[in-house]
Amino acid sequence: MTRKEFLQKVAGGAAALALPLSAFTFIDSEKLFAQVKADASPVRWGFLVDTTKCTGCGFCVKACKLENEVPYSTSASRTWVERYVETKDGKRYADSPMADRDGFQSTAIDLGEGKKQDIAIADVEKGFFVPKLCNQCEDPACVQACPVGATYQTPDGIALVDRTWCIACGYCVMACPYGARFFHPIYNTAEKCTFCYHRISQGLKPACVDACAFGARQICNLKDPNDPVTKIIATQRVAVLKPEFGTKPQVFYLGLDEEVH
Amino acid sequence: MLIHAEIWTLKDLFVLPNENIYWALQIVLYPFMTGLVAGAFVLSSLYHVFGIKKLKDIARFALVFSFSLLFVAPIPLLMHLLHPERALNVFMTPHFTSAIASFGVIFFTYASLVAVELWLLYRKRFVTESLRYREMKHKRLFQALTGLIYTILTLGAYDISEEALHRDEKSSKVAAGIGIPVALFLHGYVGFIFGSVKANALWMTPLMPVIFIASAVVSGIALCILVYVLTTMARGALERRKAARNASHVAAHKLKADPVVVKMTASYLLAFLILAVSLELLDLLFRSYTAQKSWDALRSVIFKHDFMSEFVLQYGLGELLPLLLLVIPGITIRRATIASLFVVFGVLMMRYNVVIGGQAFSLTFSGFMEYKMPIIPTSIETYKEGLFGGLTVFAVPFLFFTIVNKFLPAYSDAIEPQAD
Repeated sequence: MTRKEFLQKVAGGAAALALPLSAFTFIDSEKLFAQVKADASPVRWGFLVDTTKCTGCGFCVKACKLENEVPYSTSASRTWVERYVETKDGKRYADSPMADRDGFQSTAIDLGEGKKQDIAIADVEKGFFVPKLCNQCEDPACVQACPVGATYQTPDGIALVDRTWCIACGYCVMACPYGARFFHPIYNTAEKCTFCYHRISQGLKPACVDACAFGARQICNLKDPNDPVTKIIATQRVAVLKPEFGTKPQVFYLGLDEEVH
Repeated sequence: MLIHAEIWTLKDLFVLPNENIYWALQIVLYPFMTGLVAGAFVLSSLYHVFGIKKLKDIARFALVFSFSLLFVAPIPLLMHLLHPERALNVFMTPHFTSAIASFGVIFFTYASLVAVELWLLYRKRFVTESLRYREMKHKRLFQALTGLIYTILTLGAYDISEEALHRDEKSSKVAAGIGIPVALFLHGYVGFIFGSVKANALWMTPLMPVIFIASAVVSGIALCILVYVLTTMARGALERRKAARNASHVAAHKLKADPVVVKMTASYLLAFLILAVSLELLDLLFRSYTAQKSWDALRSVIFKHDFMSEFVLQYGLGELLPLLLLVIPGITIRRATIASLFVVFGVLMMRYNVVIGGQAFSLTFSGFMEYKMPIIPTSIETYKEGLFGGLTVFAVPFLFFTIVNKFLPAYSDAIEPQAD
């Protein structure tokens, strides 16, 4: 066999091998999901946080960690509560030590690396708590950023992570404007709040909602106009966090202060 | 229990519970290494495409060195992943809305172009070496293997007539020509990875890819000068010692960096350095002038927390000092080499200030984070993102270069006279 013949045969063989490939269609996961979406999921999960009701007790964080098996001793958490304090001399402080797992048990503000600053109650002009969780954005930056498609959005609007496929590059962690993501210390993959997807898809409420004794956290189906929580969102003055990023967050806040973002 | 990255993150004031310096040393090195690849390639193209004859010596060296660096570029990425064993998922289910997903495509396009150019450039050598080894009698195993590698490298093309070589030269020019935009795209794309993160106030600017390209070219040229001069010196010293031992008259005097080449390259370095510095200052000026909401936090990072690494190490030592060294007339090899050393260091600091600096402030704009580089590796994590992981990445290109240089001699004096 001459070299020329050999090359011809190789080329022919390669072409023959390539031919059956055209019989396959590439499955585009987004197109598939779009199809499912076109069938119109009757549900679009939304969340309402009434900051005026939150006392910073941290039961929601505790419940979340236990329910979702995020190791109890980690400072990272799928949900957390922030404390804001403004003193009479106009100084502003905020903290969320251990994501408020144990509640704010002291008046001292956590300044990081073990430093604390005590503030006398008499000096406080304004103080409040803000629970935070994943905003389950309509246009999530994290889903856009995932290079392997391990993070995806379900038809009912929840961004989930496939722990068996995530390469843990951290691009989603960087892309989230809300700091909702971190790496799970055991699985070493991207971790985030799912509104307790395993619970809500079974008709239960998220662990944090169940744990809140004050009704500061409520979940709803935004597509159901008769849902009482959806009604509040539709009729009251609500705000979302960082709308300027264009991610269209779906966690709505009552009583949001301009200082919170 | 600590989560990933918590061990090297120091927090100050109000930082969200999930925030840490997740992108640490390896992600600093990734754009640095890719930048060197692109920069070295651009330098080699100045000769191959634009026909700047004086750069012939360093152009060949730059191309081979770029090729050796090329294989190092993905290493920081693999070191960075917490699941490196899943790295191929990017090729299996690429999610193209993500800037990272295209890395493989762009990287391999570029790699194949460089390979084609090198092949065309060294084809004659492959053929002659392959034939030489084939004719050799009583081969040792090592020689037989070397011969086999050369035979494979010829890809079966044994025609080295004048005409064929002329065609090679023409084609390599085309490959180099296509290579320039691809190399710039490769690095501009790395800039895009950062520039498109809208959640990050420091990274998000359309200038980012352009700044990255300019500094990439700067760092590539500077490293080529540095390594070219130093290795030529080292080889000269080795040859002289060998000559002294054998009392023979090897042409050791030839093994000196060519001052004309170095001066010429240094002038290109200066031109690109001015461009890079201008772009960086433009970015800083624009941010301070428009002073958006994030500016207060950015200002604290740039002028306070990172003052040392930003102004002293990057702008001062890495940009202003070499600029002065290069601008003063009557440049010598030594001055150009020292300037190049500072430039390479400056670009490394620039990558550091972008990657780490971009994570040095909290999303709340009311808190700050500091990356405390792990020195003593106490776990795989602290090895990979610490000093020793960094040193590993730095060492690999030179290892590759030593191997590649065996088959593709980067120094023109090491090639047989007929090879040119």
